[in-house]
Amino acid sequence: MPMPDESGVKKFLDRSFDALLPLLAAPFAFLIGGIILLALNVDPLKAYGVMITGALGDVSGITQTLVRATPLLLVALGIVIAFRGGVLNIGGEGQLVMGAIATTALVLWLESWPGWILMILSMLAGAAAGAVWGGIPGLLRARLGVSENLSTIMMNAIAAQFANFLLVGPLMDPLQREMGTFLPESSRIPKSVWLYRPIPQASLHIGFFIALILALLVYIFLWRTSIGYRIRAVGLNPAASRYAGINVPHYEALALTLGGMFAGLAGSFEILGVHHKLLQYLSSGYGFSGIVVALFGNLHPLGAIPASILFGGLLVGGDKMQRAVQVPSALITTISGLVVLFVVSSVILTERRARRRKIHG
Amino acid sequence: MGDLFTLPVLLGIIYYGIRFATPYLFAAIGETFAQRSGVLNLGVEGMMLMGAYTGFYVAATSGNLWAGLLAAAIVGGLMGLLMAVISVTFQATQGISGIGLHILGLGLSTLLFTTTMTGVATIIGFPSIRIPLLGDIPYIGDILFNHNVLVYTAFLLVPISNWILYKTTFGLQVRAVGQSPQAADTLGVSVKKIRYITVTLGGVLAGIAGASLSIALINVFQENLTNGMGFIAVALVYFGAWRPYGVLLGSLLFSFVNAFQQWVQLKGVAIPADVAVMMPYILTIVVLAFSARRSTKPAALTKKFERGEA
Amino acid sequence: MKRMLFQLSLVLVLVSLVIGGCAPAATAVPEAAPAAEKTVIVEVEKVITATPAPVEEKLFRIALVLPSTTKDSAFSQAMFEALMKVQEEMGKDKLEVAYSESMFKLPDAAAAIRDYATQGYNLVIGHGSQYGSTIAEIAPDFPTTAFAWGTTVNTFQSEGINNVFAYTGTSEFGGYVMGVVSAMLSKSKKIGICGPIETGDNRNYVKGVLQGVNESNLGATATAIWTGSYSDVTAMATCAQTHIQDGADVLHGMSQAATGAIAAAKENNIYWFNHQYDNSSLAPKVIVASQAYDFVPTLKDMIATINAGVYGGKVYTLTLQNGGLEIRYNKDIEIPADVMAASDALLEKVKKGEIKIPLD
Repeated sequence: MPMPDESGVKKFLDRSFDALLPLLAAPFAFLIGGIILLALNVDPLKAYGVMITGALGDVSGITQTLVRATPLLLVALGIVIAFRGGVLNIGGEGQLVMGAIATTALVLWLESWPGWILMILSMLAGAAAGAVWGGIPGLLRARLGVSENLSTIMMNAIAAQFANFLLVGPLMDPLQREMGTFLPESSRIPKSVWLYRPIPQASLHIGFFIALILALLVYIFLWRTSIGYRIRAVGLNPAASRYAGINVPHYEALALTLGGMFAGLAGSFEILGVHHKLLQYLSSGYGFSGIVVALFGNLHPLGAIPASILFGGLLVGGDKMQRAVQVPSALITTISGLVVLFVVSSVILTERRARRRKIHG
Repeated sequence: MGDLFTLPVLLGIIYYGIRFATPYLFAAIGETFAQRSGVLNLGVEGMMLMGAYTGFYVAATSGNLWAGLLAAAIVGGLMGLLMAVISVTFQATQGISGIGLHILGLGLSTLLFTTTMTGVATIIGFPSIRIPLLGDIPYIGDILFNHNVLVYTAFLLVPISNWILYKTTFGLQVRAVGQSPQAADTLGVSVKKIRYITVTLGGVLAGIAGASLSIALINVFQENLTNGMGFIAVALVYFGAWRPYGVLLGSLLFSFVNAFQQWVQLKGVAIPADVAVMMPYILTIVVLAFSARRSTKPAALTKKFERGEA
Repeated sequence: MKRMLFQLSLVLVLVSLVIGGCAPAATAVPEAAPAAEKTVIVEVEKVITATPAPVEEKLFRIALVLPSTTKDSAFSQAMFEALMKVQEEMGKDKLEVAYSESMFKLPDAAAAIRDYATQGYNLVIGHGSQYGSTIAEIAPDFPTTAFAWGTTVNTFQSEGINNVFAYTGTSEFGGYVMGVVSAMLSKSKKIGICGPIETGDNRNYVKGVLQGVNESNLGATATAIWTGSYSDVTAMATCAQTHIQDGADVLHGMSQAATGAIAAAKENNIYWFNHQYDNSSLAPKVIVASQAYDFVPTLKDMIATINAGVYGGKVYTLTLQNGGLEIRYNKDIEIPADVMAASDALLEKVKKGEIKIPLD
């Protein structure tokens, strides 16, 4: 049915339908989750009701959702840049940990410095550490042809062990030694560098708003600067880019480095805004969930904003559901896996529609 | 320190290096087929977990290890089929669909474990079989020819899959589909069919890899039993330059260094344990940094294929 | 046109779904209200604690946040079972228990702890040493909710927080006794230890084992391998097998991943000593003894203290003396009389405080 009428309404509907497609796919995952809930003798409607109200029903739920969305958004921004440059960054987890380590170490080292200088410096340190951890696979790929799929997986494991090493060694809180408890934790960072929390009694910190601004900046960077343009060109068509004289490996490495930078910053914010000390297991699998968020947001920096909030809500609401109806936490993991699979499968519909538009329009 | 370089230590490293190369071999060989046909399956970890759970549960309830192994292979195959549907028919971004499968497998295996089993249990796994004659050779017999059936199978799989990949029509088709799907398509090879077969096969082998842990090597099942081994297996495929013998080399190296770092700790060498644990990961990167240039990856890896596209 | 209508209706359906999703939010508020009322009742009850009877009537609510699962046959299960036991004794109508498992990721745990506190639970237990800073941050927001965490000795009272309990175990002494016993049982005089990460009570237990083996004066040696992970079952299995290959015939270990090592011990018929939880049912012919936590007295005292109107500030040290830690021998394994006698004698010495174990 060719549509000669290219009215604004039609175009708007078309685009919003595209954006909502992933949302249309997700309910299928919840349907299967509902069947599992029934098998576990739990009323699915009640469970999902708790999930939604838990994530969005009150100030505590909404702020927790946004706190979880912050690292997800940052990691996803890194994934978007890497993906636009044609590389898949599976190393977000390790980069986040390295960012957290660098931030903590710097703050504890220069503890007497004025708070706000130290805060900014430590963020830069976190970003830099993440960039290095993403840059090494980038460099290995550009110079030596080592696949980033291999090196980032290895770098994740190395970062985790490095954190362990520091936490039982140089970075361990001296009090732990004195008290004989030897827990793997660093000292607490001074209050002067904590990220400001605008709402009393809620854990939401300004890191979320910084992440929002960064999302906008990433959009401008990718679509309004020549470096961003080249990164996208390399990702879209490496062969053509090569003919156009773009140094492809160079830009792929750059995309990975920038991706690492954002993951590192996520780690930095987790320290400055959430945990206030270095601990084991401070990443909640954000390195992997970030990939999913980036996909949810159609691999667009601005799309990543609602996607991260949605996914943050899924995490918070899922936790609440587990507590309210006492189902194993693994059920939430199962449902998130299904959500990813349905959403990733729905992308083909968006693409087909885009193609049809191209042909008809 | 001097204690470290003795015959018993060397024998120990080789024995456990070989033994624990088994899950990597199964999973990475399966992944080699998938990647050779152009599909990056990052969901190996989730498939291994499902295989490990199913193998353990069926073996424990039926009392038959072979039934467990078969069930694990079937469940792994189903997971592989799911991956194929999503990434071949729906043409989803492969890296992401793999991560979805990983999350699904992690969640589902844990969910099943907590709902069907009363707690952690152990099982008597496949026993070691000493191969006649060869097993009697001093030293060598103990470390090479005294393993359980899955260890032998894993190593036999290497020449077999090498033969399939390089000497059979099917292998040729797999390589063609991974190198240039358009060309293969014009020659009448069904790209979709080949990819369905390889990815499902990869799933079967990943399921067996998981079962090799739960009913042959460590004989327990627990939440997240594989603990990242599936991802290592994917990395080993890159390491092995998409060749079965390369994968063998990578699996052995990784496994040997892992065994070695335990002996380093055991013999009281003054290295922090955390640094020792890092060793296999660092070494894998370093080795590949020196050798990666020489390998070429399947040109169509991670690329979608649809008929009629340029 | 049809297509357009279809799309329009879908978008509408979605929008209404989103709005519908938000609607229950309004109805959720009354649901939360009873919880708030209960906290108020606690306040009132505090006044009448002088007469013991009404205290018994009240429903006490405990929430438990576990890093691992309730079936990990280690630290988490030890606490969960203790809580179940207390509930059985008090009755389900007197003690309500809620729990969240697999909360090893801190953001999840933080959300759970805050959520339970909001719901008005009387006592929220964060059963892991990693939860300390989270609790220190949440506790001040809920001054009439008691929090507890362990293993640690820090109740944050120095920071002006008065509603946090702490519990810790002196695991090194049990390690010492079991170290000596393992040296006596070992024929090869080689003892292997498989631990997750060298921190906390695991580290101290191993310190005790090493000193015990050393001071047994039987020429036995003990060495430890750390796998670098709490969850890597395979690394635990290879650890045990490496020790066995090296000639060890008695092993020690702990953590939820230890089952991998225990299976290896079972396969090779090697003795195993376990820390944190009595899991001898897992391998009845292999596990000689376990140093198990018994949190029941601690929990009971916390409940009583809270009912008396005190919400924190107490440190519970679980020791062999006070029964918070207990060495449980497996009755299925016959242990020579002289070994048992030595164990009893050492236990006496430990209880009298005659054994010193430096932890540095």
